[in-house]
Amino acid sequence: MAVRRSIVGIGSPRELEEALRAAYYLADEKVSTAAYLALALGKPLLLEGAPGVGKTEAAKAIAGVLGRTLLRLQCYEGIDAAAALYEWNFPRQMLALRQQSEGGGTIDIYRDEFLIERPMLACLRRPTETVLLIDEIDRSDHEFEAFLLEFLSDFQISIPERGAIRAYERPVVILTSNRTRELHEALRRRCVYHWIDYPTPEREMRIITMRASGVSERAARAVVSAVGRLRREPLAKHPGIAEAVEWAEAATLLNEQGARWPEAFRRSLGVVLKDEDDLIQIAPKIDAILAEAGA
Amino acid sequence: MDTTEPIAHFLGFTALLRRAGFAVAPEQTMAWLAAIELLGPQEVGDIRRAAYATLAPQPERFAEFDALFDAHFLGATAAAVETQPSEEAPLKAADESAIGPEPIFGDEARESGAKATTAERLSVRRFEPGDEDATLHRFARALPARLPRRRGYRWRAARGGSGADARRMFRDAMRNAGEFIRMRRRRRSLRQRRLVLLIDVSGSMKERTRAHLAFAHALTRAADSVEVFTIGTRLTRITRALRLKNRDQALATAALIVADWDGGTRIGEALDAFLAIPRFSALARGAAVVVLSDGLERGDPTAMADAVARFSRLAWKTVWLTPLAADPGFAPRTAGLVAARPFLDELGDGGSLERICDHVLDLARERAA
Repeated sequence: MAVRRSIVGIGSPRELEEALRAAYYLADEKVSTAAYLALALGKPLLLEGAPGVGKTEAAKAIAGVLGRTLLRLQCYEGIDAAAALYEWNFPRQMLALRQQSEGGGTIDIYRDEFLIERPMLACLRRPTETVLLIDEIDRSDHEFEAFLLEFLSDFQISIPERGAIRAYERPVVILTSNRTRELHEALRRRCVYHWIDYPTPEREMRIITMRASGVSERAARAVVSAVGRLRREPLAKHPGIAEAVEWAEAATLLNEQGARWPEAFRRSLGVVLKDEDDLIQIAPKIDAILAEAGA
Repeated sequence: MDTTEPIAHFLGFTALLRRAGFAVAPEQTMAWLAAIELLGPQEVGDIRRAAYATLAPQPERFAEFDALFDAHFLGATAAAVETQPSEEAPLKAADESAIGPEPIFGDEARESGAKATTAERLSVRRFEPGDEDATLHRFARALPARLPRRRGYRWRAARGGSGADARRMFRDAMRNAGEFIRMRRRRRSLRQRRLVLLIDVSGSMKERTRAHLAFAHALTRAADSVEVFTIGTRLTRITRALRLKNRDQALATAALIVADWDGGTRIGEALDAFLAIPRFSALARGAAVVVLSDGLERGDPTAMADAVARFSRLAWKTVWLTPLAADPGFAPRTAGLVAARPFLDELGDGGSLERICDHVLDLARERAA
């Protein structure tokens, strides 16, 4: 197993944690350990967790820390190799052939200029400049997952017209899943795994004050407490961290325009709960929740 | 310094995990050892975090994983590790390869169907021919066209397909001196989704098991990919028996394999057993899962809800058909079904064969939210 003890000067989980904080991502010890191990062991990092806990943000922050471009591959039902790997630029190939038949001479229509690079191929070709983010892998089909398996173990793909392309160094790959379905054991096995939970109140508090501008400590505390309460309610969609940050910002804005405190939170509730049924269900309880949160 | 002893201690932990039912691959063990070396380790927390990252326990089992870790490395008492002791015998899973024990009796005073009992009564049963032939025949005729389909991964050449088949066009062009003569199209191939049918054969369902099995037989014969299991006090796979063409013969064979006719109901445990066997749980992945049961659970209702939740994440669609829903004012009342309701795509009427057939034929309709 190829082990790199240090990547761009990061030689321990703690150093990575500090670097991530500088990139405005507050990682706890577990995330930074998992991410550091993934980088050091050259394995893909699989982040699972409820929507809105900052999985994609983590990937962006890691790319930022490493100073690499983030290549994002958003998965969906029906995604296939053409969307993930490469495609031939058929119109250009056709044009080139026409030109050639008129002007004479020979032409290789499988040259680089006729190849449309998709994220996975781009990552293989420039493993030291890129971070590949395979986002929401749980949305893709099982076949695509099986196809990824091959890619993630060898970091090699083959193009029939060109032969195999292999990364000269193990690239950094981050996968995220909302866990709407169970991933294959084989995929989990190949990755360094981390389950991202909702943050502790103190950490969420720090995230809000770091991310949102001009939010008072009192408002942030109230938001954290109320959001924590909402996450225990049986809702269709629980508020994530981004929603909490937006709520704090929205309520602060309304407050500056003259709305009083609990009222500002109540009026901006649509920022946190984005489902009609959820809003109806919470409506009778919201006053109690806000009062309890000290808003 | 002798390095073998600490390594043996670490390997002991992965062995312990495997005994507790965690899937740990050798490459994960290697990654863990490499991670420990990499981290220094300064404290036991480092080892624990490395274990979490590389051995990847499932979130539901974090507490169990922690307890095992403490027991192994910190010498905590093992009492916390043991799962709750059950007063009932552990649930057994049977495959066709192992035909159940000797039938104890053929006929006995059977209890009223309304009550689920805990006793695991092994009995054997002979089926009488029924009068639902016409329904099943119609069902089998209609089924192949109406089963849910999923898009295959491969492309097929097709007229009126959605995409241009450029590769094929280039081939043609080469034969015609570089001229593109015809537009070729292609589309994704479609494949039938697998159906997994779980039939409750407990005492409370005994009036219906015959009809359910006849239905399962018709289904197995008509669709490409079907798996049928019975659940009661144990889990039994009867797919192979039902593949026989002659229905009476198929049902008789199935009757021999299943050892828990009209026994008690431990649905949660039976579903757990299904999920715990990778060979079986792989069958539910991306499949349409149909459970024919009244949901009268004698065991722990939360276990049943947890199992259904896992099913819903694994399967494409999870449908529960209960004969109790034949009553128009039906609302799930049993603790197990109430707890499992949020994870079901559909909780429908399984009161008659016609209704069950309709539900299965409608599986491909718009996926329930």
